[in-house]
Amino acid sequence: MSRFIARRLLQGLVLLGLVATVVFFLGRLTGNPADLMLPEDATAEDRVALIKALGLDGPLHQQYFIFIGKALQGDLGMSIRMRQPAVDAFFSRLPNTLLIIPWAILLAMCVGIPLGVVAAVNRGRFLDRAAGTVAVLGVATPSFWLGIMLIFVFSVELGWLPSGRMGGPSHYVLPVITLGTFLTAGFMRLTRSSMLEVMESEYIKLARIKGLSEGVVIWKHCLRNALIPILTLWGVFVGNLITGAIVTETVFAWPGIGRLTYEAVIYRDFPLLQAVIILKSILILSINLFVDILYAYVDPRIRFS
Amino acid sequence: MRRIPWIPILIITVIVLMAVLAPLLAPHSPIDQTLRDKLMPPFWMEGGNTKYILGTDAFGRDILSRLIYGARVSLLVALLALTAGGGVGLLIGIVAGYIGGKVDSVLMRLVDAAFTFPAILFALLLSVTMGQGLTTLVIAISLLLWASFARIIRGEVLSLKQRDFVALAKVRGCSSRRIMLTHVLPNVLNTFMVLVTLNIGVVIIAEASLSFLGAGIPPPTPTWGLMVSEGRGRIADAWWVALIPGIAITLLVLSVNLFGDWLRDRLDPRLRQL
Repeated sequence: MSRFIARRLLQGLVLLGLVATVVFFLGRLTGNPADLMLPEDATAEDRVALIKALGLDGPLHQQYFIFIGKALQGDLGMSIRMRQPAVDAFFSRLPNTLLIIPWAILLAMCVGIPLGVVAAVNRGRFLDRAAGTVAVLGVATPSFWLGIMLIFVFSVELGWLPSGRMGGPSHYVLPVITLGTFLTAGFMRLTRSSMLEVMESEYIKLARIKGLSEGVVIWKHCLRNALIPILTLWGVFVGNLITGAIVTETVFAWPGIGRLTYEAVIYRDFPLLQAVIILKSILILSINLFVDILYAYVDPRIRFS
Repeated sequence: MRRIPWIPILIITVIVLMAVLAPLLAPHSPIDQTLRDKLMPPFWMEGGNTKYILGTDAFGRDILSRLIYGARVSLLVALLALTAGGGVGLLIGIVAGYIGGKVDSVLMRLVDAAFTFPAILFALLLSVTMGQGLTTLVIAISLLLWASFARIIRGEVLSLKQRDFVALAKVRGCSSRRIMLTHVLPNVLNTFMVLVTLNIGVVIIAEASLSFLGAGIPPPTPTWGLMVSEGRGRIADAWWVALIPGIAITLLVLSVNLFGDWLRDRLDPRLRQL
């Protein structure tokens, strides 16, 4: 087990190094990154001073080692617009994003999984087709537009829910629906196809022969086994949620790391964007690592493969 | 066998024609502003008229004309990104699958890495460092695509490698390059075409999302994502500005996805699980 963890940890670190390297070289792709960091009214002296201060006058490999060295000490540069360390900006916003992500996952599980089961059980019949249509629509609707339309209907026209910013429980409803819809459609499709496969298996036939009620067979025996392939896709879902949060938080003016990413893009705050990307990678990689270890613990086959 | 999806095919055809014939079809310029006519509602609503069938935006630009020109951007980006990203994925998939060994394991590690890491973030970074534009957008979206192409094509090649015609070609002394080009490539083209179709929707949504986030083709060029973004602040008094381009995106993505499902069932039902 400890060897498995060590190997995964090493893989994660290599990947992280790769991300940092790509981010570094992309920043140097179009000349001196100092130009990306300076405000528009900066003078030539400002430019020279900044280049000196950041060590950008040295050869490229030297700059690279300075960048990596600082990053290892937790210094990813200063945000131009916020005039504070980019790392601090990220961590002050992170809790707000972590407040909506679990609700989006919960929504996707509570709606997507039962719909998938119902669709699989009624394969080819009306309920299956209805659920299928909902899933297809959920995938085809861009979430930024869905969010705006939800605001139009529930905030502007009906006046039931607030249109944005953080606040009481009612502030969560629209952002969570917007963030969760894509995931819900994905969960539904996966549950359906996975259920169909499990329902064909021998042990389900045996459970039926044993005389168990149809409800127990479907919701207990089938669903439990059908959920395994869904759980293995956790890494992909986490990535989707973290990118989905950029759009959702932008639409609802939600002050999390997604909105921070958007601000870094529109204000051309390059050091902030660079830091956000590296920190988000760390976030995604650590969640993946955690889930992998959890699996290996639950299912010994993974440990030894 | 599923029925041929006529309605999606019709919608796709209409949108493609819109894009190709944009200068002939658009009743107004998509860029010129007529501030006198700003925020006019569509013609069926009170205050609307048939001069602007779908109304105007905050700068008095005709929404229908912008919608027609916007189709060009969506489809052009889809075409270029799928050619570039899909092509790279196809190449890597064939090489990894056929050569195998160390090459395969290195390439597949890269694919795994690409799957863990959301390409949208790199797309945003590129838009800041390289500047917004078509090239940036196409590179960014290609990054999103290549890995899934490479993984599936590789799987296909692995099973092709076991087939007799490949063994025969080897016995006859064909070089690896020749086998990959003339024996393997033609046999994965069906899968490739299905993957291309199934990914058109992904590209269109990605392009629209990047435009919405201010990292797509820069204004004033009309793109559907940008149009939604511009309508966002006007949702209370002029909802049509954001509603209409969103419907266009959803309709197009829905149609290509339904068409792609049908094509997959016809050409390569084994891809069903995806």
